[in-house]
Amino acid sequence: MERVAIIGASMTQFGQREAWIRDLIAEAGKACLEDAGVDSSAVEHLYVSNMSSGEFEGQGGIMNMLAHDLGVLPAYSQRVDQTSSSGGAGIYAAWQSIASGASEMTLLVGGEKMTHKTTGEATDIIASITHPDEYKHGVTLPSFAGMTARHYLERFDAPRESLGKVAVKNHKNGVDNPHAQFRKEVDLETVLESPIVADPLRLYDFCPITDGSAALMFCPESVAREYTDDYAVVSGVAGATDTHVVHERPDPTVMNGVVESGKGAYEMSGHGPEDVDVAELHDMFTILEFLQMEGLGFAGHGEAWKRVEAGDTERTGPLPINTSGGLKSKGHPLGASGVAQGVEIYEQVVGEAGPRQVDADVGLCCNVGGFGNCVITTIMEAGQ
Amino acid sequence: MTMEAFVYADGSVGFPGHHLGLDGEEPVDTINLSEYTATVVTWTTSTATPPGVRQPNHLAIVEFDLEDHEVDTPVRALGQLTTGDVESGDSVRPVYVDELRDPTVGIKAGSEQEWDGYRFEPISD
Repeated sequence: MERVAIIGASMTQFGQREAWIRDLIAEAGKACLEDAGVDSSAVEHLYVSNMSSGEFEGQGGIMNMLAHDLGVLPAYSQRVDQTSSSGGAGIYAAWQSIASGASEMTLLVGGEKMTHKTTGEATDIIASITHPDEYKHGVTLPSFAGMTARHYLERFDAPRESLGKVAVKNHKNGVDNPHAQFRKEVDLETVLESPIVADPLRLYDFCPITDGSAALMFCPESVAREYTDDYAVVSGVAGATDTHVVHERPDPTVMNGVVESGKGAYEMSGHGPEDVDVAELHDMFTILEFLQMEGLGFAGHGEAWKRVEAGDTERTGPLPINTSGGLKSKGHPLGASGVAQGVEIYEQVVGEAGPRQVDADVGLCCNVGGFGNCVITTIMEAGQ
Repeated sequence: MTMEAFVYADGSVGFPGHHLGLDGEEPVDTINLSEYTATVVTWTTSTATPPGVRQPNHLAIVEFDLEDHEVDTPVRALGQLTTGDVESGDSVRPVYVDELRDPTVGIKAGSEQEWDGYRFEPISD
């Protein structure tokens, strides 16, 4: 089977945008065609990662809309919804389309328009993914995070400050990302004194509500060489699903979807956690960065906080995590986030990350849907 | 209303129930959890609540003490607390409530979603 390459990437400005979903995804898609140097007529498959355009703005059929707006007709088009991991699922779908031989040029665009809704309305749309027996209690994704963080801190005797340091690090990284929603450093005191959202977690432990879009262009490696010398290869990608009902998991501090998708991606790529030079993790909440570090083998169970305290995950550390600023600083437009993680890792392994660049041959991104319900892990490396 | 956990042939017990267990088999029995006490595993007070949800909303994951049943796995539930004055490890009991949130607002308004259920009330020594 020929290896699957990525030859172009783009992302829009993340944040509060006037554009609606149609223009957001068209902006990223058009920019990705230009970045890859691919004519629209060459696109054979188009995937659009999006969680809830119907619920957020009453717009369905956005894959058809984008195909027409970008002039890629009659390419096969499909919307990919896997809640917050729709972007990662889009990477998996795009990879499958090339690896299977069904397509020789696949454009993936992820996007979401959210900020026109109030925080309560947006939170409710996101909470609608929960089981009816959870939803009726008013549970939200942030409240799952609060309960998990309390359990983690109590069980592993981890200092509350260690979670705050995740927010501080990711905000610092986001300063150098021109597309990030927040390009402002925060100090630990500000994080720890911000308003409580889901005790013990506070405002700065959470990502913002965001509009935005991101895109990647996939093709077989032999085709990639016709376009560029600088491309990335998807050497591993795998997805896994955990329980829908969060409290039914045997251990509240283990996300089995992370563990299993990580195992699959490592096995496929031939790499292990020790080979990963840079990672984008789904820091929708600070506690998620700990759980993914442990699930992916970057730290022992209950010990991720020690690596954060040691500075290992800083951009200058041995395992830089969320050099893009992560969801925390860059923003979290649901369907776009997993694609944007891929954009950052692509740029890191081909050496186009600018001031955020680290020494990276192998990069990993982990995109989490729900509260660990569906997870996609992708490993990329520079093409040769 | 009861709070029915499903018992599966492989000895596992889960709440809420599923059409098939993780063993791929249909449930073989039920246990009414509302008749048992539980221990708080973890909890939170959520201040940013969606439309129709009380603010603040005290929530907990609790683990039931099914002393007269042999179960292979912990039996847990998530639910509202009657108070935010709790700690992990506290004992609680289920208390029936007609309406856990306002069913007329929110994205599931008008759906077949049921809105009654059980809150967890701390048991004083």
